[in-house]
Amino acid sequence: MDAILLQILNGLDKGGAYALIALGLTLIFGTLGVVNFAHGALFMLGAFCAVTLKALLSLEKVVLDETQQTAWGTPMEIRTPYIEAWLGDFGVTLLDYSVPVSILVAIPIMLIIGIIMERGLIKHFYKRPHAEQILVTFGLAIVVQEIIKSQFGANPIPQPAPDIFAGSADIGSLLGFDPGRVVYPWWRMVYLAFAGIVIGGVFAFLQFTTFGMVVRAGMADRETVGLLGIDIDRRFTIVFGLAAIVAGLAGVMYTPILSPDYHMGMDFLVLSFVVVVVGGMGSLGGAVAAGFLLGILQSFASMNEVKSILPGIDQIIIYLVAVVILLVRPRGLMGRKGVMET
Amino acid sequence: MLTQTSKKGDLLLLLGFVLAVAFGPIILQPFGAGYPDLLQKFAIFGIFAIGFNILFGLTGYLSFGHAAFLGVGPYTAVWSFKLLTMNVVPAIIFAVVVSGVFALLIGFVSLRRSGIYFSILTLAFAQMSYNLAYSVLTPITNGETGLQLRQHDPRVIDTMFGINYGAELPSTTLFGIPMSGWSGYYFCGVVLIIMFYISMRIFRSPFGMMLRAVKSNQNRMNYTGLNTRPYTLAAFVISGMYADLAGGLMAVTDPLAGAERMQWTASGEVVLMTILGGTGTLLGPVIGAGAIKYFENIFSAFNEGTLLQIFSFLPEGLQHAAVSVAALFVGEGWHLTLGALFMIIVIFLPGGLMEGVNRIMRLFTKSGSGGSSPQATAQPAE
Repeated sequence: MDAILLQILNGLDKGGAYALIALGLTLIFGTLGVVNFAHGALFMLGAFCAVTLKALLSLEKVVLDETQQTAWGTPMEIRTPYIEAWLGDFGVTLLDYSVPVSILVAIPIMLIIGIIMERGLIKHFYKRPHAEQILVTFGLAIVVQEIIKSQFGANPIPQPAPDIFAGSADIGSLLGFDPGRVVYPWWRMVYLAFAGIVIGGVFAFLQFTTFGMVVRAGMADRETVGLLGIDIDRRFTIVFGLAAIVAGLAGVMYTPILSPDYHMGMDFLVLSFVVVVVGGMGSLGGAVAAGFLLGILQSFASMNEVKSILPGIDQIIIYLVAVVILLVRPRGLMGRKGVMET
Repeated sequence: MLTQTSKKGDLLLLLGFVLAVAFGPIILQPFGAGYPDLLQKFAIFGIFAIGFNILFGLTGYLSFGHAAFLGVGPYTAVWSFKLLTMNVVPAIIFAVVVSGVFALLIGFVSLRRSGIYFSILTLAFAQMSYNLAYSVLTPITNGETGLQLRQHDPRVIDTMFGINYGAELPSTTLFGIPMSGWSGYYFCGVVLIIMFYISMRIFRSPFGMMLRAVKSNQNRMNYTGLNTRPYTLAAFVISGMYADLAGGLMAVTDPLAGAERMQWTASGEVVLMTILGGTGTLLGPVIGAGAIKYFENIFSAFNEGTLLQIFSFLPEGLQHAAVSVAALFVGEGWHLTLGALFMIIVIFLPGGLMEGVNRIMRLFTKSGSGGSSPQATAQPAE
């Protein structure tokens, strides 16, 4: 029982990342009708927002202290981050919390990147065949990825979580199991909560605001909404920006779990596409549900007990599930009729 | 002439192609590409792109997992080298047969959906093969090290005929002719010509017409009571076999198999080759493959020093600025150039280089005929 609980928990944080990316992908499919192969690049860019902010915050001032000597007889170098010198204790806290603080930076940056992407490139591809949309966004993904690689190098850059979330929570003892059986890192719990809040926020935004209502109307029948005198294109551009923010935030918060490198976006993108297909193209709820479901399935498949029966199942479980679902329910779990079927 | 489909035109095209392959080393000598290793690459990726074009160019199904087939080829071929014989013929036959079965399985599932679903499914299958090759299948694929020849491999058939390679590592042969250097290139070249001819026959056959009909309107085909799936599946399997043949040839020229050939970047590369040359044209993919491999070879070799030399005509400050910008695109950054090229081609010239050539030719014929004979202007009303 406790092992099962642990695997469910383990699957949830990865599932959260899949769900967030898949949610953005589905939003873009549903509104603009474009397959965005560069969505993984947005996830990666979000992660690198956190890396950049951390690097900026930890710029150091070097002072030579003549009174102390190192072992080599040279004056000791005292390194203090500028932020600490300027802001004192608050600066130290800021540096410690660089990952959560990056959220505030990432939101405007991702919004701008998203809007530039949509207005500058994707706008011109609405009327072109899907194959060309896939190809051009794929090219864009390579370009973004290579630029990041040339600036930050090819190695993963670890990002620590704030000290307060550093350890693990002994969830098992809270629920009456033996202590130490179900241990779950605090930061993953934070990620899970964060994913829940973002997903809830997006749904609430679409469900309860006038803007969201117009967007939903546009998803259902773009032409009619346009005829009512609403500038639906502009709203869809903002939706694209919103999807970019969701992907970027998913990336920012994921950095303590997985050290970001330049190809993390593509790794997640392939899985997120599978998630979208399993959930049903065009269904937001389906994308979220399938994201968590596949995350948990993957985590169960990597249990040693399962692996000893079916070796290697953890590597392919997601794809296998996708194949089975497509054979049994071609539209996915919650797919609507007539979405992206030509 | 490039778009006409007359018997005579085809024959001329084939003849020209044969001559180009035969005299490739001489023609490409002035461009610094007249050595066998690079020319072999042209031929191998030419075959890969021709095969991809049979699927994408004719049926419009965009497969993003073609590298999976390219990756399976070398494994099969190297196993054949290890277990049976160093002769390349069985290795290639095995590679094509095994991959044919593999393509049949993947195609059977993937082709149940079309459009984006198909692209995503093939991409997923390729990633799955890649993951498997690195993890569970390590006994077969030798994981990250890659599959290599060893001195003490059994090589049953070779031992049967009493061929002994002695103490050194054996090299691949075609009935005794070593497959390295120029003989290796001409072997690949002959295979390329045969494959080009087959693809030409497919393009001109009723089967090819059927595939084109699928591309232009699959619904209508279904409404006329025709089941299109056997046709698309056949195209998928043929295309997969082409890719495996290319993979097998890779193992022939360099008997080493690794999983990195299956990565999605390799799938993207073949898509780029095909669209760069011209999707749905006969010659386009070969030209695209050649162009990409050629520029990859040139660009990857650049480094800071050569760049400084190139921009040496600029004043000091500008020179360093130009070098630092250009350094992004060459050497390690070759993939950036590839990605940018990808976008530019898709945005401005979706028909590829062949369309560009046709456009320029049309420009000339139009302005030429407009000036000399006004009657001829009515001709291009298609």
